[in-house]
Amino acid sequence: MGQYFPGDSVIHRMDPRTKILGLVIYIVALFTAKSYASYGLMLLVLALVIRLSTLRLKMLLKGMKPLLLVIIFTAFLNLFFTEGEHVVFQVWKLRLTIEGVRTAGFMLARLVMLIMGSFLMTYTTPPMALTDGMERLLNPLKKIKFPVHEFAMMMSIALRFIPTLVEETDKIMSAQKARGADFETGSLMQRGKALIPVLVPLFISAFRRADELAVAMESRCYHGGQGRTRMNVLVMQRRDKLGLLFCLLVLAATIALAVFGL
Amino acid sequence: MTNIIETQDLTYSYQPEEAEEQIPVLKGLNLAIKPGTFVAVLGHNGSGKSTLAKQFNGILLPTGGKVYVDGRDTADDRLLIEIRRRVGMVFQNPDNQMVSNIVEEDVAFAPENLGYPSEEIRIRVDEALRVVGMYEYRTHAPHLLSGGQKQRIAIAGVLAMAPQCVVFDEPTAMLDPKGRAAVMAIIEQMRQEGTTVVLITPHMDETGRADRLVVISEGVIVRDGTPQEIFRDVEGMRALGLDVPETTDLLYELNREGCNLNLGALTVEECAEELFRAFA
Repeated sequence: MGQYFPGDSVIHRMDPRTKILGLVIYIVALFTAKSYASYGLMLLVLALVIRLSTLRLKMLLKGMKPLLLVIIFTAFLNLFFTEGEHVVFQVWKLRLTIEGVRTAGFMLARLVMLIMGSFLMTYTTPPMALTDGMERLLNPLKKIKFPVHEFAMMMSIALRFIPTLVEETDKIMSAQKARGADFETGSLMQRGKALIPVLVPLFISAFRRADELAVAMESRCYHGGQGRTRMNVLVMQRRDKLGLLFCLLVLAATIALAVFGL
Repeated sequence: MTNIIETQDLTYSYQPEEAEEQIPVLKGLNLAIKPGTFVAVLGHNGSGKSTLAKQFNGILLPTGGKVYVDGRDTADDRLLIEIRRRVGMVFQNPDNQMVSNIVEEDVAFAPENLGYPSEEIRIRVDEALRVVGMYEYRTHAPHLLSGGQKQRIAIAGVLAMAPQCVVFDEPTAMLDPKGRAAVMAIIEQMRQEGTTVVLITPHMDETGRADRLVVISEGVIVRDGTPQEIFRDVEGMRALGLDVPETTDLLYELNREGCNLNLGALTVEECAEELFRAFA
C-alpha cells in the first residue's frame, strides 16, 4: 500500500487531480453497476487503464495479498447468508442459494476492481504529488474554515519522515538487541511488551525532531498557507481532460445500463 | 553601513518546568556584526552559543535588551518574515531541516513561503543547488543521500531565500570528515561572494579562517578579536576550558622549550612555513 513505481506512461504523466477524480468516478460507477453487462464494462475499463499504465498485472495482484482475508471473508458471508429461493444445499445454518452465488460473485468482482483501481492510482503517482493534488482539490473547503493547507502539510511531512523513522526504529532495535532484548520469541503478549523499550525512545526522538523541524521551517519563513506559492504548479493537460471525459462517459454508461435494467 | 546583526545588552533566561527560579543563559551581550564579514562564535557546551544563534532571527526573543537585524527589532512581530529572509539559519541535524521527499522541492520551500512566482522559484532553486554542488541530485530523495550531502541541501534551502547573512549553528557536528570539509568549503565560498557568515562551533580548527572570533563562556563574551590574536593567549584559553588549534599548541610547546615562534600561524600551511622560517 502507498507504494510508487516510477514510470513514464500516459497514466504516470497525468495530473494527480485527474487520477484522484477518475478513481472517485470509477468507484461510483462500480457501485451503480448491477448487471453482467455493466460489470463487464468496468472490467474492460480497468484492463485498458492497466494496459496504458504499463504496470504488470502481477504487481497489482501481489499488492492485494494482505487484503486476501478480507476479500474471502466478504465473499463467504455473501455466499451463505444471502436470502434466496433456489436452495442448492443446506448444512446446519449455512444455506447456499443461486442468489447467494450471484451476489458473492458480484461482491468479489467489485472489491477486487475497487482495490486494483486504488492501487493503479498510488502505484503511478508519487505520494507528494498525491497530497499536492488533494490540497488543490479540497481548496474550496477553505471557505468553510477547513484547514486544507495544514492537512496537506501534515500529510507530506508524515510521508517525508517515514523512511527517517524506519531507519531510527532499526537503530533502536539493534541497540536493544545488543543489550539482550528479545523480539522474536515468546507469546504475542510478551513480544508486544518487548516493543515498549523500542517505542519509548522512538517517540521521544520523534518529538525532538518535530521541535527542530518546526524551528527550521520557521527559519525558512514558513507562516502557514497564506501567500504561499508553489514551484511546480499543477496544470491540467489535454490528456487530463480526455481522461476525465472518458471516466464520466463510463459512469453515464453504467447508469444507463442500470436504468434500462440490462 | 548598518550592522547586519546587532545586540544591545542582550539577556535571555528561561524557566525550567519544575524550577521556580529563572536560569540565565545570556547575560548582557553586546555584539555588532558588520555586513560581509565571517564571524566565528566559539564556546563549549552550555556556554549559550546556540541560544545566541536563535536570537539572530527571532526564533527566541530577548528577555532583556534588544536584537536588531539590519536595523529591525526582532521583538516586532510584523517584521519577523523580513528578518528571517535576511538571516538564514542552518542547523546541526540535516534530517530535521528537510520538509520534502524530493531535493528540489525542499530547496524551494523558503521561496515558496515568501510567495515568489514559480518561474523565479525555479531559477533560485537551480542556482542554490549549483552553489552547493548538488544540482545533479535535484530529483533524488534526501533520505538516500549521505549526511554531508543532506547538509549541503539544507544550505541550498537557505541560500534560495537569498539572505544577506547565514548563521550556521554547529553545521558539522553530525558529519564525517568528508562532509565537514564540503560544508566548510561552501562557507568559504559564500564569504568570498560577500555573504555575511556567522559560524557557531565548538571546534577551534573551524574558526581559523574567520575574520573575527568571538568566544563565549557562561553567557558573556570573554574574547573578541581576530583568531590569531585570541589563540596567541594559550594559557588564557585553557583557563576558560577551551583548547587552541593543534598548530598553535605545537608552536606554543616549542616556545616553552626556548624557541621564538609566532603563535599567529593557524593553518597547517602557515605553521609549516613558520617552522621552516625559524629552523631552515
